[in-house]
Amino acid sequence: MRRFSTFNLVSVTFGFAFLYLPIVILIIYSFNASRLVTVWAGFSTQWYVALLHDQAILDAAWVTIRVALFSATVATVLGTMAAIVLVRRRRFIGRTLFSGMIYAPIVMPDVITGLSLLLLFVALNFDRGFWTVALAHTSFTMCFVAVVVQSRLLSFDLSLEEAALDLGAPPFRAFFLVTLPVIFPAVAAGWMLAFTLSLDDLVISSFTTGPGATTLPMKIYSQVRLGVTPEINAVCTILVALVTIGVLIASVVGKTGMRATEAA
Amino acid sequence: MAEKERTSLSRRVVTWIPYAWLVVFFLIPCLIVLKISLSQTALAIPPYEPVFSTFADIRDKVGEFSLDSFALLTQDSLYWLSYLSSLEIAAISTILLLIIGYPIAYGLARANPSIRPYLLMLIILPFWTSFLIRVYAWIGILKPEGLLNQLLISLHLISQPLAITNTNWAVYIGIVYSYLPFMVLPLYATLEKLDVTLLEAASDLGATPLKAFWQVTFPISLPGVAAGALLVFIPAVGEFVIPDLLGGSDTLMIGKTLWHEFFDNRDWPVASAVAIVLLVALVVPIVLFQNAQSRAQGAK
Repeated sequence: MRRFSTFNLVSVTFGFAFLYLPIVILIIYSFNASRLVTVWAGFSTQWYVALLHDQAILDAAWVTIRVALFSATVATVLGTMAAIVLVRRRRFIGRTLFSGMIYAPIVMPDVITGLSLLLLFVALNFDRGFWTVALAHTSFTMCFVAVVVQSRLLSFDLSLEEAALDLGAPPFRAFFLVTLPVIFPAVAAGWMLAFTLSLDDLVISSFTTGPGATTLPMKIYSQVRLGVTPEINAVCTILVALVTIGVLIASVVGKTGMRATEAA
Repeated sequence: MAEKERTSLSRRVVTWIPYAWLVVFFLIPCLIVLKISLSQTALAIPPYEPVFSTFADIRDKVGEFSLDSFALLTQDSLYWLSYLSSLEIAAISTILLLIIGYPIAYGLARANPSIRPYLLMLIILPFWTSFLIRVYAWIGILKPEGLLNQLLISLHLISQPLAITNTNWAVYIGIVYSYLPFMVLPLYATLEKLDVTLLEAASDLGATPLKAFWQVTFPISLPGVAAGALLVFIPAVGEFVIPDLLGGSDTLMIGKTLWHEFFDNRDWPVASAVAIVLLVALVVPIVLFQNAQSRAQGAK
């Protein structure tokens, strides 16, 4: 038994080292004074200062945040509706098609999603730019929200909402006062997931974008193709820090929310 | 009575809004891809000759559908080689992920229950950071003058820097690194539920730990193995960013071929035909799998 736990310790340690070392190295080298990314020449924050003056990167970051805020919010509304349909409406015309359209985009390669949405916007004569990227992100992230919320709704006790209906609450009111507070942690998690997926997306944005709507991943990608630079390390470090803080806050909020619903 | 009508009205609204959205932004785009894959290439903007522009046209023009793009896919070996090489790279990566992910999932499942939630969160956390950043992090490590080669040379393990970037090995490393949480989590989910008394029974009956593992633990974890393998194999086949940034010009993957066909050659019909074949090859089995699973759940 003793031998096994050593083996476990080694495999878990190795696993975490593999997962985290590359990111730690990336962060360390963002503070490197040298322009050569692989030679350490002392501590410096000059690349962060340089970032603050790089208007193209700042513009791209702003576009990315606006796209992510819009698409995550709309996707959460649509995805929650879709989850309700999947869980509560066992039988209606085209249910198989509906659930297929929820699951298929999740496993569909990004290149196909991007290509097909671009062709739609071209067919509709839609000017490509901020809105096409935002709509494209909304429609692929809503499926992820639907799956996350669906798993929480499956364990929701429907009799709670029925009691509210019996007491005369209109259906929308019953949903907002009874069901939504209970499933809220899942809805919030869905929003977070949609937000980060949108923040992260390169391929679908590249297909559906137009003039003036370069997102941060597109900017990073075009620079990475030219080589590794400390500025990109600095951008990546900031993004990693933001996401880590966001996930930590979300997990604390989720835990308090969970405790609140358990207590209720 | 009025209440019931209102209930069914709100139900209908809640159903039809996401339904309409998915039809407009998923189903119709897929049909457009199909339509354009059946058009002729044209030197114009948009660079294809539409087969039909209104529904009245459809009947007259059905005879004009062109299978040229699909014919090209069968004739030009680039496309076949891309497909085969995508499947091969995805399969090798999946096997590597199993070999690397299984011990990690096993160790997590045997860890002290009080620290398990934190360990799990540490596994998931990198998944939230940008995919592009995680791939980028490896370029600095793997390139000829990168940190891995510096380390190996200073340890006198090698005398010449290894060429890892621009080879398939860099692509395997990138896929394994990016997809590891998707493999570990389903494996962990099945291994965590494993009843330890089964292993005690096996050892009481004289089985060595290794034998007990192969005859008890591994068969029980097979659903997790299948789920994890499916979860990483499918997206790996259509991968674009990893082969583009880490692989070389001879690393063929279908996602990369589609991208270049579209952005560099501007051959929309061929790009669409590539997409259709990839879609049929990947999505249809998955939807069938999903249906079978939900039917199994319904039966319970």
